Amino acid sequence: MIALLRRDLALAVRAGGGFGLGLAFFLIVVVLVPFGVGPEAEVLTRIAPGILWVAALLAALLSLDRIFALDFEDGSLPLLATSPLPLEGVALVKGIAHWITTGLPLTLAAPALGFLLNLAPTAYLWLLLSLALGTPALSMIGTFGAALTVGLRRGGLLMSLLVLPLYVPTLIFGAEAVRRGADGLDPSTSLLMLAGITLGSFALLPFAASLALRVNLR
Amino acid sequence: MSIWEYANPKKFIATTTPLVPWVMGLAIACLVVGLVWGFFFTPDDFRQGSTVKIIYLHVPSALMAINAWFMMLLASLIWLVRRHHVSALAARAAAPIGIVMTLIALITGAIWGQPMWGTWWAWDPRLTSFLILFLFYLGYIALWEAIEDPDTAADLTSVLCIVGSVFAVLSRYAVNFWNQGLHQGTSVPVATGERSVSDVFFVPLLICMVGFGILFLGLVLIRTRTEIRARRMKALEARMRS
Repeated sequence: MIALLRRDLALAVRAGGGFGLGLAFFLIVVVLVPFGVGPEAEVLTRIAPGILWVAALLAALLSLDRIFALDFEDGSLPLLATSPLPLEGVALVKGIAHWITTGLPLTLAAPALGFLLNLAPTAYLWLLLSLALGTPALSMIGTFGAALTVGLRRGGLLMSLLVLPLYVPTLIFGAEAVRRGADGLDPSTSLLMLAGITLGSFALLPFAASLALRVNLR
Repeated sequence: MSIWEYANPKKFIATTTPLVPWVMGLAIACLVVGLVWGFFFTPDDFRQGSTVKIIYLHVPSALMAINAWFMMLLASLIWLVRRHHVSALAARAAAPIGIVMTLIALITGAIWGQPMWGTWWAWDPRLTSFLILFLFYLGYIALWEAIEDPDTAADLTSVLCIVGSVFAVLSRYAVNFWNQGLHQGTSVPVATGERSVSDVFFVPLLICMVGFGILFLGLVLIRTRTEIRARRMKALEARMRS
């Protein structure tokens, strides 16, 4: 599993784009918002938590079809499926690799972008924490979506349609935690729910993803 | 003799052929009685006036929108465990009916909400969770349409349906967190038995709910038969080409 994780990370770094693209997309979306809604500081402060979370979610979505599609095209996915590592483990590692290449950089970059959106100073810690807790769930749900659509031509758009509704609870609790943090309220309930969603998806979705992969490789 | 015999498509078609007209007839009878009674023979509500009568479409369709997904979940589980094709096809057949029920509930809700709340749409928990349910239906149907091989499609949509159910329930409770809305609580709570709807409205409403349920059953039967026949046609065409 460690070897597979190393391989995926090395591929993501060397192939280029994987790392930087999501981050650049995140930056662009956040920069576009003030142009769209106007540069008034109070308005930006109020919508910053939601915008940051939606932007992070879209950036994570952008790189999802790379999870299995490249391996499927060059034929290494069937090899992975027949390797001694169970397919559930492969799905889990893929989800973790996706999080390290997109979710982690997004989490670390978010405070800087929060500054651009005039986020309330009390919310920075909660922004970091909620993204750190929530983005792994986004990666794992996305891995499941990618596994469902791996064999399809032009599966990307379909995958967005399948994955985005599944992202709803994560988005709600994530943005709620930041908003409560910005208002000086206690955000622990939302953070606990986020942690619950993440743990639940890491416990259950590898099985669903590997089932979908098996069907697609049949 | 067990219920699994009906998983044989031929047996299913043979059994449902005499059944369908009766089921549809009963559904239409229930709906005509319920709707006519509801629309013309109940008094206007003292606060809401005649707009209250849209309840006879709104509540039953909302009920069936959720129950259709539940039925798809059961059919998907049966397909995954016992691999009965009729079950998978029934799930496929139910999805478009479910999405239409969701749409009816959303639209009648908007029409009802406009005079009552002064707005067509509000981001309130119940409305929002229904919109999300609508999106789930969209994804489910899109996945069915996107995959060529029927068995692969049945497997993948079943997995999606199960995962989707978990997240649909999660969203339902998640949206409660973020806004308290305009929608009233449930009018017909099953658990407590207390009703906030008076008997004058409740009896025709109950008939409408039963009518929608039977209508859903009938439509699922008809659409499942269509799916089975469409698949037979495809198999025949494939055989003719080879």
